[in-house]
Amino acid sequence: MLKDITLGQFFPGDSIIHRLDPRTKLIFLVIYIVALFTASNWISYGLVLAFLIFVICVSKIPLKSIVRGMKPLVFILIFTGILNIFFTAGETVLVSFWIITITLEGVIRAVFMMARILMLITGTFLLTYTTSPIALTDGLESLLGPLKKLHLPVHELSMMMCIALRFIPTLIEETDKIMCAQKARGADFENGSLIQRVKALVPILVPLFISAFRRADELATAMECRCYQGGEGRTKMKLLRYHRWDLYAFLSGALLLGAVITLHIFGL
Amino acid sequence: MAPILEVRGLTHIYSVGTPFEHTALKDISFSVEPGEFVGVIGHTGSGKSTLMQHMNGLLKPTEGTILLGGKDIWSDKALTRQSRFRVGLVFQYPEYQLFEETVYKDIAFGPKNMGLKPEEIDRRVREAAGFVGLSDAQLQASPFDLSGGQKRRAAIAGVIAMEPEVLILDEPTAGLDPEGRAEILENIESYRKAKNATIMMVSHSMNDVARLADRLLVLCDSRLVMEGTPKEVFSHAQELLDMGLDIPDVTRVFLRLRQLGLPVAPVYTLDQAVEALLALKGGDHRA
Amino acid sequence: MSTAISVEHLSYSYPGVDDTPGTVVFEDMNLTVESGSFVAVLGGNGCGKSTLAKHFNAILLPCGGKVYVCGLDTSVEDKLMQVRRCVGMVFQNPDNQIVANVVEEDVAFGPENLGIASPAIRQRVDQALKQVGMYEYREHAPHLLSGGQKQRIAIAGVIAMEPKCIVLDEPTAMLDPKGRREVLETVTRLNREKGITVVLITHHMDEAAKAERVVVLHGGKAVLDGTPKEVFSQVETLHSIGLCAPDTTELCFMLNQQGYSLELTCLTDEECAQTLMKAFKV
Repeated sequence: MLKDITLGQFFPGDSIIHRLDPRTKLIFLVIYIVALFTASNWISYGLVLAFLIFVICVSKIPLKSIVRGMKPLVFILIFTGILNIFFTAGETVLVSFWIITITLEGVIRAVFMMARILMLITGTFLLTYTTSPIALTDGLESLLGPLKKLHLPVHELSMMMCIALRFIPTLIEETDKIMCAQKARGADFENGSLIQRVKALVPILVPLFISAFRRADELATAMECRCYQGGEGRTKMKLLRYHRWDLYAFLSGALLLGAVITLHIFGL
Repeated sequence: MAPILEVRGLTHIYSVGTPFEHTALKDISFSVEPGEFVGVIGHTGSGKSTLMQHMNGLLKPTEGTILLGGKDIWSDKALTRQSRFRVGLVFQYPEYQLFEETVYKDIAFGPKNMGLKPEEIDRRVREAAGFVGLSDAQLQASPFDLSGGQKRRAAIAGVIAMEPEVLILDEPTAGLDPEGRAEILENIESYRKAKNATIMMVSHSMNDVARLADRLLVLCDSRLVMEGTPKEVFSHAQELLDMGLDIPDVTRVFLRLRQLGLPVAPVYTLDQAVEALLALKGGDHRA
Repeated sequence: MSTAISVEHLSYSYPGVDDTPGTVVFEDMNLTVESGSFVAVLGGNGCGKSTLAKHFNAILLPCGGKVYVCGLDTSVEDKLMQVRRCVGMVFQNPDNQIVANVVEEDVAFGPENLGIASPAIRQRVDQALKQVGMYEYREHAPHLLSGGQKQRIAIAGVIAMEPKCIVLDEPTAMLDPKGRREVLETVTRLNREKGITVVLITHHMDEAAKAERVVVLHGGKAVLDGTPKEVFSQVETLHSIGLCAPDTTELCFMLNQQGYSLELTCLTDEECAQTLMKAFKV
């Protein structure tokens, strides 16, 4: 049931994309998003799409997994599409019915917007699919490192993120279990008015919170036992190092962004 | 007597149509007589917990039917809901599901969901508390102030208060010390005797199921591979060991005694072992 | 032999809420654990086993008396890290002590905290994972492993810090028989091959029977202390404090109540069978 959620899951692998430094991938994602939002016509969209397809191929992530991850987002996608189709003013009217007018511009805009969201999400998925959450937090911590000088708790934040990621599956499983147990005592989560349904959540939320606090407490003790004292004096098993492929990745990212900006300026 | 529970050709597949598709139960059929104590054994991941969740309609079979008192529990909606109350299910570590301010209110949760009258709820709560040995003072306490063993018993009382005809327990003694284990098992027996209830208990403790159960179901890799009285099941000692399961300690000792040439019948509880050995001497006790 | 852990006149009580008096756990507890030994601490729920364990690496500090670990006084704040490097802890719930979501990253957590250079951490992590037989799983996500495997990861995480002593607080309480066997075998091997001192807290009699020495706690005191054979032959004392002996010993005890006088020192099936053969051979 709840266990099937794949959002933000990591698929271990050995592709070039997997082996890139997480910092490279993070920076690259930023470049990619900027390029995506700069793109303003068929050619630049096509360019970004071609690039995305290329990365997917290289990463060897099965297309099926990416499509499956999209499922929870179908609603947002359709909503965006409808909004754009119906509420974009334009000159070439395709259909006019009652107060609804659909224009060619609206349809084009809807397609663009949906493509943009799809590509944005796919790109982000690729990052989380090919980067272990730990590498990701390490990368973030390293990139945000300079902020430590401003007394921002960068290490603590990344540690928190790491632990949150670690406990999400555990807590999902636990929620599942508690729901089943309360259902076995006749709790009803599906029927009744909104207020009744909100009330029905109490028997789930109370045990879930209590258990989360208990876990947090035990984890804190266990971490202390393993000599955790915060970020100071801590070393890392895996040091982040840029390699040849990272350079290629930066270069191709720069090329992509350059091309899209050029296309935008010349309005092609 | 007509069986109270009957499982016919039950198959359950999780996440059908996804890459996570996984068969948890394969073509399982058995029936349970009223008043019987059935032990369910099998290694972790053999499908025991999935099977238990089918008995009260928490999970819907991918194939096959579950008959409660002769009627398919999925044949109409009211019957499915009723099966939740007629078949009480106690999950593993049930104390983690306590949520009310007082033990009393927590035990009353099930009966309240059944839509019973306040007097009837009160009677059931007090009776259930009696079965598990919780005092009136403890009923008014917060469940989170109880000791580990008491919490477990309060949670079991929450299911017993629904007065189910069939009480199913998934490893009710896990993580408790010997005294706590003995208490819980006694509570279950006393409920069974008082209400002539049917019990199904999942357990890893061969010593416990050998002593308590009338009949055993053995699950292995999603299939029901053996079914019979403890005597019948434990006579297949080697097969059980091959499945990664244990056999009771005394059974192992007696197997060895037979190898050493002592003419003893196989046994599976301590009492039987003592009896068998004493019989050997024909009541001639050495001082 | 030198002493790994020594508890001298320990007294401890949990502080009470508001003005209520606290709960007294220990009044005058004494215990010494020799280096390299394998000691099982047995006792019912609420006998103070876990409280005692938490004194071994300064999660709790004595209210009175002293606890020495590898010669270090646990109540001296400066020595805290040294104490914790010396004594590793493994807890009951494997889910609540694994920090990272990749096995090897979790094992690396301890050594990283010690500030060791990365190549050395890599080496320790690989070695620790091999010692618990989980090297092939180094890139797996812990939440997909079995309970026994998770607990072995937790043990690897502790031995990667190269402690002299491991304290395990009911590590098998949440595991199935297979998981329990895995954990127990791992711990026994570490004790025998690496000479690591092991303190195993449990309420499973059959596990305690595998230790070199068994200490039975009740009411904040060590009521029995000796080899498994010495301790488990005191069946009546064990019953009186809500514990029991392994079924093999219980069987002999029950026969003795029927007028036999069998020795109560059989812990394995074979020993029991031999004892019974002697008494019942026709």
